[in-house]
Amino acid sequence: MQLQQMYQEIILDHYKNPHGRGLREPYDAESFQVNPTCGDEVTLRVRLAGDTVEDVSYEGQGCSISQASTSVLTDLVVGRGVADALSTMDAFVELMQGRGQVEPDEDVLEDGIAFAGVAKYPARVKCALLGWMAFKDALARTGGQA
Amino acid sequence: MTALTAPLDVAALRADFPILGRTVRDGKRLVYLDSGATSQRPRQVLDAEREFLERHNAAVHRGAHQLAEEATDAYESARARIAAFVGVTPDEVVFTKNATEGINLVAYAMGNAATAGPESARFVLGPGDEIVVTEMEHHANLVPWQQLAQRTGATLRWFGVTDDGRLDLSDLDALVTERTRLVAFTHQSNVLGTVNPVAALVARAQAVGALTVLDACQSVPHAPVDLAALGVDFAVFSGHKMLGPSGIGVLYGRRELLGSMPPFLTGGSMIEMVEMARSTFAPPPQRFEAGVPMTSQAVGLGAAVDYLNAVGMDRVAEHEHALTVAALAGLAEIPGVRVLGPGLDAAGDVADRGGAVSFVIDGVHPHDAGQVLDDEGVAVRVGHHCAWPLHRRLAVPASVRASFYLYNDLGDIAALLDGVRAAQRFFGVA
Repeated sequence: MQLQQMYQEIILDHYKNPHGRGLREPYDAESFQVNPTCGDEVTLRVRLAGDTVEDVSYEGQGCSISQASTSVLTDLVVGRGVADALSTMDAFVELMQGRGQVEPDEDVLEDGIAFAGVAKYPARVKCALLGWMAFKDALARTGGQA
Repeated sequence: MTALTAPLDVAALRADFPILGRTVRDGKRLVYLDSGATSQRPRQVLDAEREFLERHNAAVHRGAHQLAEEATDAYESARARIAAFVGVTPDEVVFTKNATEGINLVAYAMGNAATAGPESARFVLGPGDEIVVTEMEHHANLVPWQQLAQRTGATLRWFGVTDDGRLDLSDLDALVTERTRLVAFTHQSNVLGTVNPVAALVARAQAVGALTVLDACQSVPHAPVDLAALGVDFAVFSGHKMLGPSGIGVLYGRRELLGSMPPFLTGGSMIEMVEMARSTFAPPPQRFEAGVPMTSQAVGLGAAVDYLNAVGMDRVAEHEHALTVAALAGLAEIPGVRVLGPGLDAAGDVADRGGAVSFVIDGVHPHDAGQVLDDEGVAVRVGHHCAWPLHRRLAVPASVRASFYLYNDLGDIAALLDGVRAAQRFFGVA
């Protein structure tokens, strides 16, 4: 039974009780991302205050992995500097693309380390990255630092 | 359905499919319920390919040496057997890379017709002309027609789908009119399993002079299909969904239509005469097979057809019908599961429905359900199955699809049902 490795309790908790969900005003940029193989989608908004990510709000439909990952994202980037948030994103992307060979740093990724098991399932990596790609795109659309 | 023939000896059949003997995910028996995406291949097909490559391989329809002769014979013999399998003649069978390419071949040929000369006039589309498709099409039988409409200025229209997953033909006469130049539709939905009323659609299309294109990818592998008797103008199906290799598909076109249709891909093999400034083209099917074609794949598909013929397509259809009824009955007993597409009637049977059973589970996303099933060794398809508009119509983002073939048995259905219950337990909805 490898399921528990993939679906850590942390992931299921975020899935059932997502953090920061809902689309909020005001926002500086919005991104809509879709996973074309399964139809999962997320709309994500970014609000900056100077160089700080003041709010990330989102709405979407998708599997537990994509929803939980977006929930974890809000924990990891809201209140942080943009450069800091992007470096956290890089660490998460590296973990997800590591085929289970990358040792995650809990100090950087916090609840995000729970996705280490997902990285062993290539078909699900896109699910885990859906919200993060929306975040990256929305940051870029703020026209600034990203 | 009353059994007309002896039931399949599935255990004996399964012995022909080496892959079904392997285990997955830490020693679980492989329960392969994704034949709607691609089927597995029996040894007979693998052996035919290997034997061809070890003994006869050469570029077909060129060269005069013995291997070239043998390879060409093998290729054309496969074409003849495949044609006979669907009730048509060999010169009406064009080999393509896959079914998608077959549909694109027709769409691009039609796009080329405007500049191809008077014999191609009936393929020319323009503003005011209409192409009619259905809301249940696989993207392969939708996107090429969207694109053709864009290129030519024609209008795309479509049949809707009823809540129970049937084609809504209530507006047949209003939708298919004198303006309609082409009606493209699936024989059997790859999501719903719905078998569409080909006769009614063909009759209306013929009455208004429209061409018909049938997506037979999910019907030809699973039931006896006589394309000539169905009366369609074009049809496509793919090798890898009917125990054959990937890399080969079939486009059927009525002889007179292929004869007047301009080419799609041009180059070697498809010509009659070439000068520096212009060329003329070979008669079909060669006109539509530019370049050195796939050969061992054609031989493999020929062997697949031989295999299916030996089993008997009536028996394959009956067997899959029994599996479908068992799956529908089992899923109906699980609270929180909703099947997309026709369900069982009061008598516990269902007509005009093939062995693709898609469903959603309340509170469990299809991707997550698929992951639990995979953990149990059960391979199903999750997502929108290349039928996104249909899922949108049914108001679900995605679904889980189990699809059956001759090598599946009731034990596989039981594993599916157990897996669905396990997914519900894992995600705390049961």
